Amino acid sequence: MSLLEWRDVSVDYAGPDGPVPAVRGVTLSVERGEVLGIAGESGCGKSTLAATVLRLLPDSARVGGEILLDGADVLTMSWGKLRAARWSDAAIVFQGALHSLNPVQSIGKQLAEPIRLHKTAADPDARVRELLEQVGLPASRASAYPHELSGGQRQRVMIAMALACGPDLVIADEPTTALDVMVQAQVLDLLTGLVRDLGMGMVLISHDLGVLGTTCDRIAVMYAGRIVEIGPGLEVFDDPQHPYTRALAGAFPRVGDPAARYAPVGLPGDPPYPGDLPGGCDFHPRCPVVMDACATASVSLVDAGVGRVAACLRVSS
Amino acid sequence: MAGLIILAFFVLVAILAPILISPESLDVTKATGERFDPPSLAYPLGTDEDGRSILLLLAYGTRISLTVGLAATLISMVIGTAVGIMAGHFRGAGSHALVGVTDWFLVIPFLPLAIVLATVLGPSTLNLIIVIGITSWAGTARLIRAQTLSIEGRPYIERSKALGAGNWHQMTRHVLPNVFPLVLANTTLTVAIVILSETTLSFLGLGDPLAPSWGAILDSAFSTGAVSQGAWWYVLPPGICVVLVVLAFTLVGRAMERIMEGRT
Repeated sequence: MSLLEWRDVSVDYAGPDGPVPAVRGVTLSVERGEVLGIAGESGCGKSTLAATVLRLLPDSARVGGEILLDGADVLTMSWGKLRAARWSDAAIVFQGALHSLNPVQSIGKQLAEPIRLHKTAADPDARVRELLEQVGLPASRASAYPHELSGGQRQRVMIAMALACGPDLVIADEPTTALDVMVQAQVLDLLTGLVRDLGMGMVLISHDLGVLGTTCDRIAVMYAGRIVEIGPGLEVFDDPQHPYTRALAGAFPRVGDPAARYAPVGLPGDPPYPGDLPGGCDFHPRCPVVMDACATASVSLVDAGVGRVAACLRVSS
Repeated sequence: MAGLIILAFFVLVAILAPILISPESLDVTKATGERFDPPSLAYPLGTDEDGRSILLLLAYGTRISLTVGLAATLISMVIGTAVGIMAGHFRGAGSHALVGVTDWFLVIPFLPLAIVLATVLGPSTLNLIIVIGITSWAGTARLIRAQTLSIEGRPYIERSKALGAGNWHQMTRHVLPNVFPLVLANTTLTVAIVILSETTLSFLGLGDPLAPSWGAILDSAFSTGAVSQGAWWYVLPPGICVVLVVLAFTLVGRAMERIMEGRT
């Protein structure tokens, strides 16, 4: 049994002109000890998909399909069971650590919050000290307030908080945005190291395919609410099958590769508005290798190598 | 700063009044002065219709006026903050109902409602506190609801939801500490309004007739014809006291508001 399984999950937000689909029929799973990356532009549905796991979406969102967390369907869970599952089964590392911490409480108190709520440790203060040391912060910093810490330190606190109740699954939603590159690398190393040491599963969400390629076992690339490619981490980054993945990978030039410096990069246009999707392949209006058939034919995920699938007519032909 | 000094003076008087003044000097049967004596060395602010010293009455009145003012403000703040946070935190019918009740209290004219309530409950200092407390919370509730809405949108509330926190936990641990500075600043401003209300209601004879609050002193001055007798020492001092205290609370409140600005 997978740790987490999305089965044909769809999410519609209520819009002024009827429902707006943000996620459309995503099927994906995470195994124990696996790091799954989800990549895509802003607005492609990555964070929405992540928020379905703990049912954190606003009431106006309609979620369809099945979301199995350790075999139990999150969507049909009772309120009490859901609250118990939140954080002790699956925890989230939020983006923007500064705003995810309450400015008027010390970080020690906030770290103890999930522990006290779920009563997972007899001595919350001792557990807080242990957690702080696990993420490389001195235990004496427990009395510090969020504004006294640097951005990297705050993100470490968020990671410590996610680990507080010993969850099986950690969802990291862009954990490194707003951090500089060096701190970004440190935070990612710390996060993936802890996840592997503790035998948890992790979903890592980022728009940075380079970061995902080096840290994830598998990567799923999303475009306009659908998955367009899945494959092993480095393979997806080094040898993308879908033209959209290629554009994403091209946006991060490899150091020391002269060819990459002169190759045209970037992608014209914006992702489509979810309420007004083009016919045929969602990506065809922006695709650099578009064919006539792309505007009409429906595309689905097809085999594209060992352990890889991609949703592109060129892959199947 | 000036506000604080004035306040400190009045609070000191209120605390020391029972120590410095024996209740006997306020007893009509044991009053030593003449009826409506003008200010003299023995009676620095003259005497009332029963020959009691106005200065001593005033000092005692400070105690009652401040007690009523602070106690009623406390009630008003507790109701206002609770209603405001709940109206801001919950969505749907319950929240609409709370906002509706708040609006109702805002549009009902204060004086008729307070007079009706005070008449129904009967004249006593405790009832006066209750009446003022439950008629003056609506503005605070509005303010706190607005601030709660802005705090509810911040990511640490979502984080707290994600880690399994219930409504009570979110409201008391995350929202309340963040709206508290505003509650504090609002309290000092409300005290000023409440003291004014107390004076008004006492002047209309709705307070405890045996407790000489500033409003009650003004009331007896009015009903015994002190004005037509030319006994200015009976009418002016309580009025000036009310103005000074209200001004002091307002100054302190405004200063606190300025300090809070840009912080929340």
